[in-house]
Amino acid sequence: MSEHTLKPGSLPAEVLARFDRLRAERRRTTVIGLAIFALCFAAAAWVGEFSLSRIAEGAPRIHEYIVKILPELRVSQFGEDMAYWFYGLPQWLALLWETVLMAYLATLLGTLGAVLGCFFAAHNLTPNGPAYFVARRSLEVARTIPDLVYALIFVFAFGLGPLAGILAIAIHSMGASGKLFAEAAENIDMKPVEGLRAAGANWVQTMRYAVVPQVLPNFASYTLWRFELNVRTAAVLGFVGAGGIGQELITAIRMLYYEDVSALVLLIVLTVTCIDLLCEKVRHHFIGKENLA
Amino acid sequence: MLELRNLTKRFGPATAVSEVTLTIPAGQMVGVIGRSGAGKSTLLRMLNRLEDPSGGGIVFNGLSVDGLKGRELRRWRSRCAMIFQQFNLVPRLDVLTNVLLGRIAEHRTLPSLFKRFSDAERTMAMLALERLDLADKALQRADTLSGGQQQRVAIARAMMQQPELLLADEPIASLDPRSAAKVMDALRAINREDGITVICNLHTLDTARQYCDRIIAMFHGQVVFDDVPDALTRDTVRRIYGVEDDAEGFREELTSNSGWLRPGAPLAHSPALV
Repeated sequence: MSEHTLKPGSLPAEVLARFDRLRAERRRTTVIGLAIFALCFAAAAWVGEFSLSRIAEGAPRIHEYIVKILPELRVSQFGEDMAYWFYGLPQWLALLWETVLMAYLATLLGTLGAVLGCFFAAHNLTPNGPAYFVARRSLEVARTIPDLVYALIFVFAFGLGPLAGILAIAIHSMGASGKLFAEAAENIDMKPVEGLRAAGANWVQTMRYAVVPQVLPNFASYTLWRFELNVRTAAVLGFVGAGGIGQELITAIRMLYYEDVSALVLLIVLTVTCIDLLCEKVRHHFIGKENLA
Repeated sequence: MLELRNLTKRFGPATAVSEVTLTIPAGQMVGVIGRSGAGKSTLLRMLNRLEDPSGGGIVFNGLSVDGLKGRELRRWRSRCAMIFQQFNLVPRLDVLTNVLLGRIAEHRTLPSLFKRFSDAERTMAMLALERLDLADKALQRADTLSGGQQQRVAIARAMMQQPELLLADEPIASLDPRSAAKVMDALRAINREDGITVICNLHTLDTARQYCDRIIAMFHGQVVFDDVPDALTRDTVRRIYGVEDDAEGFREELTSNSGWLRPGAPLAHSPALV
């Protein structure tokens, strides 16, 4: 941390004294801040039973598990070994496809909700206090309840299958993206908003023409990122029977089909990487576009 | 005819505009002058209700403006267009769309979401741009234009509202002298050729003298002068700009943008550190 210093005698004594006082005050603030940070860290480590000795003790067991789930691959009969490892490939690919589609549909629905909600939840744009309150609180509820909980509720209501997963992810996405969208909307330049109002535009028209053009690149970028996250979420929601490849993964883990676990995890990682690369391409394409609005 | 009666605006304990009573006949070009914080902006912004008055009334041709709500208020805003110091265009939209947005109050909400403007409106917008010498910029993004060009786009947008009243809040304060002259010429042309009443906040006295039929001066929220430009004497000017003693002589050009930086003029010496 660097600190400003002034040479004694370079300025009137009074100025120097005042400068020193201000500096001491700042130093105090910094020290108090660091102390609070250290305290929180210690408390978190204690509550979380985070200790280096435990990590050192358990780390070899991670290795053990990984070795256990990896198949035996021999160079001499690589093809057969691979075929044995990925014996379920056709079925798994179908499930992966379902997983990606779940994420896609859920992202669309969630984003739609987030866009509709964010204008009410941005304090500089909201039409009135009650609308702001309702929008903020509903987005909070949508994103703070874990998606697994939503999935369990919807599995109970609509039965096993992707519908429950899609709805669960959509609601969580709406809450999470809605907050980010609202924050993007709070950072806009308000001059166009005033320009539109002065021309006699109503609230909806003002949002459409003064706000949307400013926030659209942000929204597009967040949404693509949200899609990546949602693919990952969709892959685990099957743990509670809400569709996708997770069902297969949890079965393999529970039944100790070790090699299936590694095959499935590998496929999920590959899928997420592909989606990641694809989203990056699309994002660059979007940012390059001039008249998006 | 626009009539203001005891128009007042308070922000908490501070009074920005105090008991202003004025009558402005149709077709006049009025310049409102005064120091920063004298209440010029607030006065103008109350006329189209971007600020709500704390007291008093505004009547335009028999229509009481200060009580309007909802659709009626938006209709009124479309009848009195406004030009801003910072242009207030939508930077990421092209110039033509920005100009067409002047018609927004004529459109119903749902269809207006899809940029559906009629051919007649597009023609009207291109004519407005042509008149302001900007037709070849129609498809450029607004933020690629210079400040002076953006302000003229804003004037074109205002013209699309086919207003009866044009409010201009420091329209040239962010512009270089050449662009400023073009913008003021455009405002005067609109006033003379289309017969639209123009009320223009200015902080440069020479511009007000040059362009306006009538000058209203504000000081601490009150109107302290209201007459033709020629009636504005040295004493009044000194009072408006709050210059107490005349030791070095108050030069009127000092209120102008161009007067501040003269080559060779000594820099104001900074007071000693305490």
